[in-house]
Amino acid sequence: MIFSFDLLINAVISGILIGAFYAAVTAGVSLSFGILDIVNIAHPAFIILGSYIAYIINAQLGLDPILASIIVTPAFYALGAGIYQIYYASFERRGQESLRGLAFFFGLLFITEVSLVLYFGVDYRYVEAAYIGPTWHFGAIDIPLRILVPCVVSLLLIGALQLFLARTFVGRAIMAVAQDQLALKLMAVDPIRIKRIAFGISIATASIAGAFLIVIQPVEPSVGREYIGRVFAICVLGGMGSLPGTLVAAMLIGIVESVTSTFYGPSWAPAVSFGFLLLTLAVRPAGLLGR
Amino acid sequence: MSAMLHVDGLGKRFGGFVALEGISLSVAAGERLGLIGPNGSGKSTLVNCICGTLRNEAGTVRFDGEPLDGDTAHERTRRGLARTFQLPRPFVSLSLADNLRIPLMYAVAARGGAHLSTSEIAERCVHLLREVGLERKAKRLPRELTQVEMRKLELARAMAAAPKLLIADESMAGLTHSEVEEILTLLNRLNEQGVTVILIEHIMRAVMSFSQRLVVLVSGRKIADGDPKEVMRDPEVERAYLGQ
Amino acid sequence: MRAGLFLIICLLVAAVVFAAAFALGNDYYFFAGYVVLQYVVLATAWNILGGYCGYVNFGSAAFFALGAYSAVAVHRFHPLPIPLLVLVGGVVSGLVGFGMGYLTLRLRGAFFAIATLALAVVLQTLVVNWGYVGGSRGAYIIRPEAIAPFGSYIRYLFLIMLLLAVGAIFVARMIERSRLGYGFATIRDDELAAEACGVPTLKLKLIATTISGGLMGMAGAPLPYYIGFLQPSSAFGLDYAVNSIAMPLIGGTTSWVGPLIGAVLLGSLQQIATVTISSAVNLLIVGFVLVGFVIVAPNGIIGLVHKYLQHQPDDLVGRRHVSVDSPGSTT
Repeated sequence: MIFSFDLLINAVISGILIGAFYAAVTAGVSLSFGILDIVNIAHPAFIILGSYIAYIINAQLGLDPILASIIVTPAFYALGAGIYQIYYASFERRGQESLRGLAFFFGLLFITEVSLVLYFGVDYRYVEAAYIGPTWHFGAIDIPLRILVPCVVSLLLIGALQLFLARTFVGRAIMAVAQDQLALKLMAVDPIRIKRIAFGISIATASIAGAFLIVIQPVEPSVGREYIGRVFAICVLGGMGSLPGTLVAAMLIGIVESVTSTFYGPSWAPAVSFGFLLLTLAVRPAGLLGR
Repeated sequence: MSAMLHVDGLGKRFGGFVALEGISLSVAAGERLGLIGPNGSGKSTLVNCICGTLRNEAGTVRFDGEPLDGDTAHERTRRGLARTFQLPRPFVSLSLADNLRIPLMYAVAARGGAHLSTSEIAERCVHLLREVGLERKAKRLPRELTQVEMRKLELARAMAAAPKLLIADESMAGLTHSEVEEILTLLNRLNEQGVTVILIEHIMRAVMSFSQRLVVLVSGRKIADGDPKEVMRDPEVERAYLGQ
Repeated sequence: MRAGLFLIICLLVAAVVFAAAFALGNDYYFFAGYVVLQYVVLATAWNILGGYCGYVNFGSAAFFALGAYSAVAVHRFHPLPIPLLVLVGGVVSGLVGFGMGYLTLRLRGAFFAIATLALAVVLQTLVVNWGYVGGSRGAYIIRPEAIAPFGSYIRYLFLIMLLLAVGAIFVARMIERSRLGYGFATIRDDELAAEACGVPTLKLKLIATTISGGLMGMAGAPLPYYIGFLQPSSAFGLDYAVNSIAMPLIGGTTSWVGPLIGAVLLGSLQQIATVTISSAVNLLIVGFVLVGFVIVAPNGIIGLVHKYLQHQPDDLVGRRHVSVDSPGSTT
């Protein structure tokens, strides 16, 4: 291992760019877990689903993958709303969401992943776009466009989400539903409907994040598994449901992973983000009463 | 009479919110203490801090002569401090008898090396259920109980821990007149057996008839401590209740 | 039924199973049966922490794989008979279970589950980077051809796993009917109230994670001999994690019977599917069955049987029906 300042700078910048992408991936979980307290462990599977759909549209119609994913978001929204309805009827209403809810999403994760394997096989798939390939050079710094473009669009996506949550009625209702369902009911707003909308949005973001993913790297069905822990690590680190916090946490993890990967090899990278998660959980006061 | 419970300068914050500040009070052995205050005044927080469910940032708690600081909730129960919960928290998958078995197996049996045989435990379960009038439902599950029966189970479970001091946290909320009388009778009988009782309630006639001494909590501070009738005549207490 | 009698009955059943496999003549049944028995141990072990205490462990694969890898490590150092390796696997995974518990048991339910997942990945990364046991390249273990008096080696492995399964079930049942089991139930039902009743919840949870982890490690120890080539990606595979959760949930989490039923049913189903269709469809089936059961029959097969026999509503989580000294207690 040769320590070089150039390597370090590139690693850090790469980490920041990837971090923005991680934030987009995590945004959905910030909504479902951070705000709604639903442990949707299958979220990465939906992202991979988004990747494959972007792939199909890109391969068949030649459309830009990110654009394609945006077009498909209503379908993902409907999927999310439907899943929440089932989740609510089966678990939340009965008060059994902890074990059985987790198992439900675990099952969904498997069904999604294996279905993709059966339909597409385990070969890596990739998309074609004008910005995949070229790299911009600024002196010693290399910025591949295929990472920069998703990074920028990620930031736009997160910004739009944040505005939605802070400024619109539905958005604020979503923030409120986590804290005080009774108050919402008194305002003649159905908390279940709000949660359904929120979960729908959560899965809709997976569609777009999936396009980002397949732009950045080739995808095959089991790639999602790497993201399970990463996504929850960022969500917890970022303060559970705070989008700005998620962004900062995501970049932090991105940088640490990138630097580790550059100087110690990529096989150590998973341990880094998951180690971070363990550390966060150990330090965070999420005990029995959340003192 | 020596102090069974001695709280000194207890303080608790939740982030920026001060739930309790400078709470000091003493409860003598065998005493019947009433604790009242408007909603949100910190009564349950105080109970949680005394019992170890929450950790207080300031002040100390001494129980039966020993400091409790640092002890976990279950250690405090083993020392003889028992409490009921405002909203009953029975073990839903266990029968009533088994619910009572738990404190007998874990709190009483662990005390000073005492070892209760299974038949002794079973006997005490039946006895306790009889005391609260639930012995015919011994094999039933908590979900099959009425409101007042749930509260009786909650009390019976606290009694099963053979406490020296019992904190009854709003055991009578939502009950009818006669149901309140039933609970009061239970608590009085317990006190006659030598158990110190702290009664936290909103039902004033119950508090007045039961308590030998009354403590009033408002916005996390103790504003009165003394004879119940005198305390109720205190203008500050009047303001706290009527002015709300 | 007293413990001794139960053990004798289990051993008798095990003897019958072993004899039946012999009678079928084909070694394939030993190979398939080994996997099913392995899942009996895994599911029973998982259920001790997950079903009895209510703490969901997503990292079962890690404990299982650690058992396998400690067997490899010891084997590289100096070959030992498998029963000893099983003990080693149990101790190693038990210690790791204790450590994991110490780090994570103060966390609220969902956080605990996520932490177990994180820990599993960290452990996997450590093993992948540990050259001594082969790292990502994998490790070969030569399985002896035969061993007296069983004939082929697989029959010996089958017997070991059979005995482990009996052991796991026995341990689970002992726990269920003991003071420990009651304590576990209170942790599952209401941890706060449990503490208020004098239950040392942290200590009990640590016991649960240690026993659970240890049993999983014991199930993993013979694995290198079974498959001959051990790779981190397969040993730490998510399939072990999902199966050890799915089987108790499908069978029923309230007693030792559930994981057994779930493992036998689902395990056999998967073996049949692997042979007749494909191993990917195998996992698809698990996913669907898991989701289906969790929605429709939350208390698993045990719950369905109760509902059918007693015409009671099925929506009670973790319904216990055994009292330690009530007259006429069954099972």
